[in-house]
Amino acid sequence: MLDLGALSNCFSNSACLVTQSATGVIIGMLLFLVASGVTLIFGVLHVVNFAHGAFYMIGAYVAYSTYGVTGNYYVAVLVGTIAAAIVGVLFERSAISRVYKENLLMQLLVCYAFVLICDDAVKIIWGSEYLAMGVPDEFRVRPWRIAGGVVPPFYLFLAGTALMVAVLSLILIRYSRFGKIVRAAAANPTMVSVLGIRVPIYFATLFGLGCGLAGMAGALAAPVRSLTPGMGLSILIESFIVTVIGGMGSIPGALLAALLLGFTRAFGSLGFPLFVDGAMFLMMVVILVFRPQGLLGERAGR
Amino acid sequence: MNSTRIFARTSLMAVIGLAVLILIGVIYPGTWLLDTMTGLFASGLLVMSLHLLVGYTGLVSFGHAAYFASGGYIFGMLLQADGVVAALGGWAVPIATLVALLGTGGFALFVGLICARLSEIYFAFLTLAFQMLLVSAIQGLVQYTGGDQGLTGGIPRPEFLGLNLVEVKDRYVFSAFLFMAGLLVIRLVTLSSFGATLRMVRDNETRTAFLGINTYRVKVAAFTIAGMIAGLGGVILAIFTSAAYPEWAGWAVSGEAIFMIMLGGLHSFYGPLLGVVVMRAINDITLIYTTHTDLAKGIAILFVVLVLRRGILDWILDVRATRRKRGTSGDQITSQALTKTAKGTKDAAS
Repeated sequence: MLDLGALSNCFSNSACLVTQSATGVIIGMLLFLVASGVTLIFGVLHVVNFAHGAFYMIGAYVAYSTYGVTGNYYVAVLVGTIAAAIVGVLFERSAISRVYKENLLMQLLVCYAFVLICDDAVKIIWGSEYLAMGVPDEFRVRPWRIAGGVVPPFYLFLAGTALMVAVLSLILIRYSRFGKIVRAAAANPTMVSVLGIRVPIYFATLFGLGCGLAGMAGALAAPVRSLTPGMGLSILIESFIVTVIGGMGSIPGALLAALLLGFTRAFGSLGFPLFVDGAMFLMMVVILVFRPQGLLGERAGR
Repeated sequence: MNSTRIFARTSLMAVIGLAVLILIGVIYPGTWLLDTMTGLFASGLLVMSLHLLVGYTGLVSFGHAAYFASGGYIFGMLLQADGVVAALGGWAVPIATLVALLGTGGFALFVGLICARLSEIYFAFLTLAFQMLLVSAIQGLVQYTGGDQGLTGGIPRPEFLGLNLVEVKDRYVFSAFLFMAGLLVIRLVTLSSFGATLRMVRDNETRTAFLGINTYRVKVAAFTIAGMIAGLGGVILAIFTSAAYPEWAGWAVSGEAIFMIMLGGLHSFYGPLLGVVVMRAINDITLIYTTHTDLAKGIAILFVVLVLRRGILDWILDVRATRRKRGTSGDQITSQALTKTAKGTKDAAS
């Protein structure tokens, strides 16, 4: 089960180190983009969006179809993001907004129902076979070699875009007028609505934004992952591990945890291929037991 | 005194219930109903034991399937091990059942000791993490558990007490016995003073602690008992399928168990059982027309959560209570009132 020889070999070999690190960074960045959506929604609305993986899936599938029609990867990503955001707003308005005040179980159930419906809808529309989009033509170039390691430019594009978008949304929530209003509305909806602000619209927009981030991650990742109904589940669980390890509601924490997980995946696949998932859950257990608020979380876990 | 009488009456009811179930098994000529019921017994124990945590103690565990799978795996691995069946002979199945029960209890105790320190969402995530760790362990330890393939090749089930578990009827009778035994334990727990303590912890943990009760210990005990009963459900399924699969410990099983509780009714003892039956019915009826069972389940959940806003049995009881209305005594607490209290305490806490 353990193959530490392969792992230490890789650490002493710069080519392998660079290649695996690049893989770790790309996995981590995409995860960060998904997790920042979870964090955004939880941090402001205090709703744990268990349906987040479904939006990742929607983004990926819509991007796949758009790419098939237009042949333009950027348009595909954009359309995938927007589609996920729109479905997110509809989901928030029709279901989630009715259970804001209910307990965790009710929210969980609504999300669970949504995931079931989405997975089956995807099966009906796109079929249940694995779909592959393939790397877009403009990125089919010779990979860069850094210290002997292989780094495809497409990976750098993915990682850069994911990081940029996630950071932009953080800035949006923290400093923009929209962010201030929506945070105020979450703290005291009655007061804010008395000021003449339509609170439900702000909540729906924020929820849609969070879902859009998940959709974008799905769309960005579509060329490098195979598409299958239920692909949202593993990314959902991973993004929850990220949220918990980083600290719920903390975006810098999510970044740190996403990178941690990305590297665990990249190097774990060499050293302990069968226990990569186990290692991630083990980290989550350790964090929850010794530091329930997460690495950089502010709220104390009661 | 009084409680002893209640206990005796409940046990008698369980014996009568078991007799009725066995009678059905003897009278019913075919196998379809008996096989369906055996499957329902397994999910029934999983869901009822989870209900002890979610409904009675207020502990939302996302990882309850871990104990279900643990019961099935311990049972199967023990009976498949070299020489065990030969050594134990006719006692193999009862002993394996007992070992599965105790082993799962030990596992649940270990996880409970760690998880019960946390509350709400953190508790839920930690139980989920342990469940996923178990899945990873099952998939990783291929030589013992068969990895992804599960425990295949059949679990030997030697005859005992005249019961041959390969036969549908005998299997049904033994499963019915295990089911009623598990159900009786849960019922007795909820009727006991310990059960009252659990409800107190659910409604207001701080106040319970002020009364001098070690709420941590109470929660660990409830978690362990619930884990053991879930393990018993896993044993039934292992007997039924003559196998065990890593999916049993999966997130989907835990999620569906929580859904079945909510579907049937969170605030009544038998609500979750109704949920199990309704879920199975939705599944089987949809399968007649289409393979998209998830779609039907999803729509059913949305209907229950958004329209009824409570489980089916809770809804029926509420409607009946409002019909009878005011005149009756104030002892009867409807589930709505309960929800309000629970919500009130939550609001106060946050």
